[in-house]
Amino acid sequence: MSGARPPAIAVAGLRKSYGATAVLDGVDFTVARGTVFALLGPNGSGKTTTVNILATLLAPDDGAVRVAGRDVAREADAVRDVIGVTGQFAAVDDLLTGRENLALMADLLHLPRADAGLRIDALLDRFDLLDAADRTAATYSGGMRRRLDIAMTLLGDPEIIFLDEPTTGLDPRSRRAMWEIVRGLVNDGTTVFLTTQYLEEADQLADHVAILDGGRLVAQGTPAELKARIPGGHIGLTFPDRSAYRVAAGVLEAPARDEDSLALQVATNGNVATVRHVLRELDEAGVEVESLSIHTPDLDDVFLALTGRPATSESEDGSR
Amino acid sequence: MTGAYPVRDSATMLRRNLLHLRRYPGLSLFPILMPVVFLLLFVYVFGGTLGDGLEVSGGRSAYVDFLTPGMLTFTVAVAANIVAISVAMDMTEGIIARFKTMRIWRPSVLAGHVLGNLLLAGVSLAVVIAAALLVGYRPAAGPLEWLAVAGLLLLVAVALTWLSVALGLLAKSVESASNLPMFLFLLPFLGSGFVPVDSMPAGLQWFADNQPFTPITDTLRSLLSGERVGSSGTMAVAWCLAITAGAFLWAVHLYNRRPGNRA
Repeated sequence: MSGARPPAIAVAGLRKSYGATAVLDGVDFTVARGTVFALLGPNGSGKTTTVNILATLLAPDDGAVRVAGRDVAREADAVRDVIGVTGQFAAVDDLLTGRENLALMADLLHLPRADAGLRIDALLDRFDLLDAADRTAATYSGGMRRRLDIAMTLLGDPEIIFLDEPTTGLDPRSRRAMWEIVRGLVNDGTTVFLTTQYLEEADQLADHVAILDGGRLVAQGTPAELKARIPGGHIGLTFPDRSAYRVAAGVLEAPARDEDSLALQVATNGNVATVRHVLRELDEAGVEVESLSIHTPDLDDVFLALTGRPATSESEDGSR
Repeated sequence: MTGAYPVRDSATMLRRNLLHLRRYPGLSLFPILMPVVFLLLFVYVFGGTLGDGLEVSGGRSAYVDFLTPGMLTFTVAVAANIVAISVAMDMTEGIIARFKTMRIWRPSVLAGHVLGNLLLAGVSLAVVIAAALLVGYRPAAGPLEWLAVAGLLLLVAVALTWLSVALGLLAKSVESASNLPMFLFLLPFLGSGFVPVDSMPAGLQWFADNQPFTPITDTLRSLLSGERVGSSGTMAVAWCLAITAGAFLWAVHLYNRRPGNRA
């Protein structure tokens, strides 16, 4: 791969309004080839609108939006040649069987018939759908539909794949299976652009995370960078009795106190030296500790700090 | 990569729609059976009385000859209703959004629906003509007239199908898509399809004289009974072409306007 190739996705000053409502209000980001980029945000934050614009389904009102170096508005067909899209609602044909759905894609991609047959069998096998291949998709479980959906997306060998909330509505086992699929795609060199409401998912999969809130990106960086930006890491200590608690509270530097539950919290960035220091101080003071826990900030803390709301907000209409 | 493949993509979409019709027999059997039921109803329940009104002691056999051309337009209208439902069903599925993110000939989705519905209308027409012959219909048309009948029915089917595609795209739900084109069922009744127009009250007669189904039915009736086609032939073709052009532009506009993603 030469360094001269344009990034997989480059977005600058993207704006989109529906009537008087600005859904995207000046969004900028870049996605490097072969990486996973997660766009994170609550329902209604503009994630799906962003995907729809990148996938040539919607025209941007303003801004430069390039996918694989091509302008999504002026060179839509060139963009369509290199992308694959799996939307929030499985884009499979319920009245066709799994195999017929894939054959439909092969025909629309103008693949030679003989070639297509082999590729279809390989994909059915890879996504564990061989047994169900000749049943209509209407009979599939949520996880199977999502796997068929991804298989249909992959039939065209896209360079860049958009996954709009790929695990929404899936049970934990199917969610983990989907994560494995995404990791497999990246190993094959595909670029993955993913939206999710689940911080854990972004943390697990993404090289780069951007947080969208009210149509603007409120933060972006690697998961580690984002976590480093906010406080929230601490050592939690509990004590067997009030006297031990009082001694410890006097020894430690500026702990957060909770006398009722005999608990103290010491702020920390989570490194081992701090933990060792705290334990040594308590040892020297002869304080018995009942339990110790280390809390490192997760993306939930980041989200809360940046937007003033927990990540899992009540659901509005997921349309924009 | 080469450009668009209109024929290949439309053929692919047609295959998809034919599979749908096979998997969803409720949708494909209705337009085949319902016109036959109506034909039998009108011939055996109303036909004796209505036929006497056409000519003295004409009875059932006179009415079969009068009714059949009207039944043909009714059959095309019933088949067209189905395409509105299947288009509306499609639009509620995420797969349309997928099609729009692929480099395929954009109107191929609609073309597949139209072609599939024309085939369905063809089967329905063949069945209803066979049923009419069985209950005593004796057309006087020669091969040329039959060819003209087939040509005109094709024009009518294309026009009504595009109109129904547009109505299916306009509908907010599958339920309303099945109701919107209902007026197409009624129009043959409010024209020369089932009784002579001059037997109607003045206001209704004016409407019947000026709506498309009357010249279409009159032309079919003249062709099938081996009579000369008057000015109604030109009117019929003009109506079909005008409806097709308007409905096609409307449907394409609606299809492109829809975000293609119900989310």
